Amino acid sequence: MISIFGVPGPLLFGQLSLGLINGAFYALLSLGLAVIFGMLNIINFAHGALFMLGAFAAWMMLTPNTWLGMISPGLSVPDWLAIGYWPALIVAPLLVGAFGLLLERTVIRRLYKLDHLYGLLLTFGMALIIEGLARNAFGSSGMPYRIPQALSGPVDLGFMFMPKYRLWVVVAAAGMCLLTWFVIERTQLGARLRAATENPDLVQAFGVNVPRMISLTYAGGVALAAFAGVLAAPIYSVNPNMGSNFIITVFAVVVIGGMGSILGSIVTGFGLGIVEGLTKVFYPQASATVIFVVMVIVLLARPAGLFGKAA
Amino acid sequence: MGVTTVLPRTTAARPFSVFGFSSAQAVAFLLLLAAIVLAPFGIYPVFLMKVLCFALFACAFNLLIGFVGLLSFGHAAYFGMGSYVTAWTAKTWGLTPEIAILLGGLTGGLLGCVFGALAIRRQGLYFAMITLALAQMNYFFCLQAPFTGGEDGIQQVPRGNLFGLISLRSDMAMYVVVAVVFLVFFLLIHRVVHSPFGQVLKAIRENEPRATSLGYRTDDYKLIAFVLSTFIAGIAGGTKALVFGIATLTDVNYAMSGEVVLMNLLGGMGTIFGPVIGAGIIQWTENALAGAGAWVTVTQGVIFVACVLMFRRGVVGEIAALIKRPL
Amino acid sequence: MTQISRRTLLAATAAAPLIRPARAQGKPIRIGVMNDQSGPYRDIAGMASVSGVRLAVQEMAGSVGAEVLFADHQNKPDVGAGIARQWFDRDGVDLIMDVNTSSVALAVNQVCKEKDRAYINVGAATTDLTGPQCTPVTVHWSYDTWMLARSTGGAVAQAGGDSWYFLTADYVFGQQLQRDTTGFVTRSGGKVLGASAYPFPGTTDFSSFLISAQASGAKVLGLANAGTDTVNSIKQAVEFGLTRQMKIAALLMYISDVHGLGLETAQGLYMTESFYWDLNDRTRAFSERFKALYPGARPNMDNAGCYAGALHYLKAAKDMGVAAAQASGAAAVARMKAMPTMDDAFGAARIREDGLTLFPTYLFQVKTPAESRGPWDYLKVVVTTPAEQAWKPLAESGCPLVRL
Repeated sequence: MISIFGVPGPLLFGQLSLGLINGAFYALLSLGLAVIFGMLNIINFAHGALFMLGAFAAWMMLTPNTWLGMISPGLSVPDWLAIGYWPALIVAPLLVGAFGLLLERTVIRRLYKLDHLYGLLLTFGMALIIEGLARNAFGSSGMPYRIPQALSGPVDLGFMFMPKYRLWVVVAAAGMCLLTWFVIERTQLGARLRAATENPDLVQAFGVNVPRMISLTYAGGVALAAFAGVLAAPIYSVNPNMGSNFIITVFAVVVIGGMGSILGSIVTGFGLGIVEGLTKVFYPQASATVIFVVMVIVLLARPAGLFGKAA
Repeated sequence: MGVTTVLPRTTAARPFSVFGFSSAQAVAFLLLLAAIVLAPFGIYPVFLMKVLCFALFACAFNLLIGFVGLLSFGHAAYFGMGSYVTAWTAKTWGLTPEIAILLGGLTGGLLGCVFGALAIRRQGLYFAMITLALAQMNYFFCLQAPFTGGEDGIQQVPRGNLFGLISLRSDMAMYVVVAVVFLVFFLLIHRVVHSPFGQVLKAIRENEPRATSLGYRTDDYKLIAFVLSTFIAGIAGGTKALVFGIATLTDVNYAMSGEVVLMNLLGGMGTIFGPVIGAGIIQWTENALAGAGAWVTVTQGVIFVACVLMFRRGVVGEIAALIKRPL
Repeated sequence: MTQISRRTLLAATAAAPLIRPARAQGKPIRIGVMNDQSGPYRDIAGMASVSGVRLAVQEMAGSVGAEVLFADHQNKPDVGAGIARQWFDRDGVDLIMDVNTSSVALAVNQVCKEKDRAYINVGAATTDLTGPQCTPVTVHWSYDTWMLARSTGGAVAQAGGDSWYFLTADYVFGQQLQRDTTGFVTRSGGKVLGASAYPFPGTTDFSSFLISAQASGAKVLGLANAGTDTVNSIKQAVEFGLTRQMKIAALLMYISDVHGLGLETAQGLYMTESFYWDLNDRTRAFSERFKALYPGARPNMDNAGCYAGALHYLKAAKDMGVAAAQASGAAAVARMKAMPTMDDAFGAARIREDGLTLFPTYLFQVKTPAESRGPWDYLKVVVTTPAEQAWKPLAESGCPLVRL
């Protein structure tokens, strides 16, 4: 058995790859937060709840009869109406994104003239409502979501058995991150978006519908969270608390990276996942706190964050 | 934070003032005092003690949000640590309640000193996120540290004898202690807010660069206020631990941080009596919905959203606006 | 009694503060069932255990009047202690039952002792309830960590599983189960190579612990957890290919968990319960009656224990007079200890002076899909341990009530 720094290879690589998976979720979520913050100047506390909603949407599509039976015994639809994992990966983010659009149009929009902290409080309240309703409807123990047939079972990597599904999560999350980066940094739409972030009035004067752009940005950020939620469903089993477990850690990730750059959030997200994985090997007791410790160090050395512009 | 200023807080000529209270505030204070004295004869005292502990916690939080404009989203850390330390010292060392509570407060203050020094390096939204993240770090610490008992918490905490003499086993005796603790620190906060120190804090809230240019070291002022607030939060947590004889992770969880924000938002940030009213309403709702599962959470969320959208002054703030006097 | 809807009961509880409990003659006994109704243990306890108590109340309705309340303690000790206090102080509850989750069970134990109200714990596993923290008002039914460790742990260790790695829910239950099992493993010459304790509740992904377990080289993965945690950790162990090298010993598993896992995944696992619906004619008859109140599942040892415990309390109350039973929890429990127990679920048994109820325990193996004749036909008995050997000896109890 190979051994690195006195640590058995399977353990080291195993934890590193798990760290990478966690990092994928950090990256996707902090990316969404950064996109929303850039346009709306709001820290979206509901991000975790919307992540969870994405997972629940996928679960509800897959097993409609389970929850229809909860609403009213005897209620059911034919099996062919069930929507599997692959379509859900696209449909669930669209649905939750549309829900986000609705939230922005009806509620969040009213806050733009107020202090930004009200945005934090409002979205925190929305998170409580969404999570509370989900807990009432489904309990807190979680609903199993089975891994799609094509990705079930482990693959032998030589040094360890890795479930195929977890490899897929890393690939899919990295792909989605790069796509987002490409849209924002390399397309005309992205250019307008960046311009509107800098100077909304000027962009409005050029005939761009800035309010609509803001709505769509929020919907886009939310859809990213929901996408992450569908990816997470088979791993964490779909449960109402899955988002709040993540979101506060993601806040620390955001503080560490600074919210200035898209690429910054992606790199910080994956990087911190790996740091967490390494900690699980060398000092497991600290694995839950290591990201916060990194945050403290960054605050002392570079208060604006690794990729942030000085305030 | 740009708290909606209800009214100009300083009026040139003050015709009436007792202990810094205006006439309307004095009347409100007397009402509060009467309620504290009379309530235990009609209402379940354990519930009242809970309300008073949370009211004190909310007042401590209000010192920051209402008078310095700092939104700390991690106040559960200081409340919870105070609760753990009081419980642990009272149970393991057999300390008398007043010393155990004081140690709980000091722990809160000490932790506040460290976390505060880190968090005030950033402002606004970042300050909120950093305090939240630091509190979450503290939560994970409490989850693993052996002295907190992890998921089991510290159970069977004795209420002990006050000054080693008076047994607090009966709910009424304990109630008197809790009421006195509440009143002492409530008045202390009020006193601080109306001191010259408090005036500087308000100047920082209104316009930090201006305060800096006037020669005030604003970071020092913010840190002192932060430590004072966390000290009182620790006192509140410690008192609660003795009342219920138990200290658990609930007290350090982020949901508790959110709850204290909610109490202030609902009651009225920056008012003196708002946090007390807010705490009372929130605890009452929780009690009424206790058997109803997560509906407590949903209700809290709805109150959050409603307050932010159309009720930013809070209950007391609205009343103050109605009678055109600060409360 | 007809099924009282959840909503009606909630409304009744909410209105309760307005009514001062009047302790008049002939007031029915109030039984409060407190357990996990929404979290990882809701499928093993939850409404199924409430139904067990209701069945007992129904069967005794001719001689003793009783009503059933229930509440969700959310697996939080402070919430549980708070509910207990309100039940006693405001709602006039005479007996608290079930209280699964050991941390909550111990917190409630203290309140019951302080208020002199009877407490029949069924769902929690901690031996402290009948050990250092035993009280005159406490009875413990169905199982505890010592009995599980002896039965499952001992059997797996003797079958060649001589090196272990534990995956432990990090609270009093998991810690004690790990400690007790370690005792039996080392006594039969085995070794414990390591353990991962994870935060409870709230952990759904066990992958990093499983990788540590795999890297330890141990032959047996001991699961010191319960409910959906057990189900999730077994599923993920299969996903990570752990079962190719290691054997899984689920130290606390219920038939409800087997149902959740499916026989395909669960087949061959060893598990211990003190009750199985298909043991004999009486257990089958009991399960049929249970099904009328709680369709959809067969009772496990927790649900059955709630039935048997409530039945025995009601018999004792009838024997001594309802008013006397309501007046003092300690007196009611003393009467329960003085009377032998007899019910369809556990047969004849007795309650020891430390509060532990003694009956035989069974080591089961989960059937293969081919062996199973249909839904809920999941287990076959491997070893039956007689009541005298199944439980922690009184000499080791550590209960201050016991005078040796």
